[in-house]
Amino acid sequence: MVLSANDKTNVKAVFGKIGGHAEEYGGETLERMFAAYPQTKTYFPHFDLGKGSAQVKAHGKKVAAALVEAANNIDDIAGALSKLSDLHAQKLRVDPVNFKLLGQCFLVVVACHNPALLTPEVHASLDKFLCAVGTVLTAKYR
Amino acid sequence: MVHWSAEEKQLIASIWGKVNVEECGAEALARLLIVYPWTQRFFSNFGNLSSPTAIIGNPKVRAHGKKVLTSFGEAVKNLDNIKGTYSKLSELHCEKLHVDPENFRLLGDILVIVLASHFGRDFTPACQSAWQKLVSVVAHALARKYH
Repeated sequence: MVLSANDKTNVKAVFGKIGGHAEEYGGETLERMFAAYPQTKTYFPHFDLGKGSAQVKAHGKKVAAALVEAANNIDDIAGALSKLSDLHAQKLRVDPVNFKLLGQCFLVVVACHNPALLTPEVHASLDKFLCAVGTVLTAKYR
Repeated sequence: MVHWSAEEKQLIASIWGKVNVEECGAEALARLLIVYPWTQRFFSNFGNLSSPTAIIGNPKVRAHGKKVLTSFGEAVKNLDNIKGTYSKLSELHCEKLHVDPENFRLLGDILVIVLASHFGRDFTPACQSAWQKLVSVVAHALARKYH
């Protein structure tokens, strides 16, 4: 699956519009993921996952920052996320199925806060982008 | 039988009560065909699906989207017997329509995103959770009679 020039433009536009809210969106994405897909909580036994958790917010910021980094280096996501890819392969080993769940929740957050931004075409591009990020992060698993 | 908490039932009903089935159904199906273009394989007789604009404006897509979401309403009305509600439809999708059940999961996820875009902040995490569960149960019920 390859990101077209249009996809890249759409993704950059989304992150441009989201701007400073990205960190907040990251936190909300995680909150939604933990609520809708409780099995994802198994990766965070060391976290307080209660409502308003500072740890979840902080981790959401990290996740958002990685997505922003990928969007800003969309011509070479693998390069941009290489260290994160190593981390996920060697240490975190999050089962690949979970990246789709995170992606779904991120799309829901964008839809909730910016319905006008998420046109069907932009939705398609963003979905592809999130898939690409997941693929990069699991690329070195085996 | 799937267990629904009182809160889940309330969250599902309260959203469903405000859904414009025709609009949401059309939008969900159109998005499915746009975001996951391989799903167009089931609709070769729908005419022009050559671009997002064509898909969104296609009257067959709109009509079929409405039909699909109307059927979804049956699940909402029969939360305690979704399996039974979709038994015949499951057979149909297997024997006549030959639809890979993965497509039900794709459509379910898209429906959740459409609801999120319509309801904004009202589509809380708890709300999303109830609806993700519902679309998952519906997908499972539609796949249940496959052989």
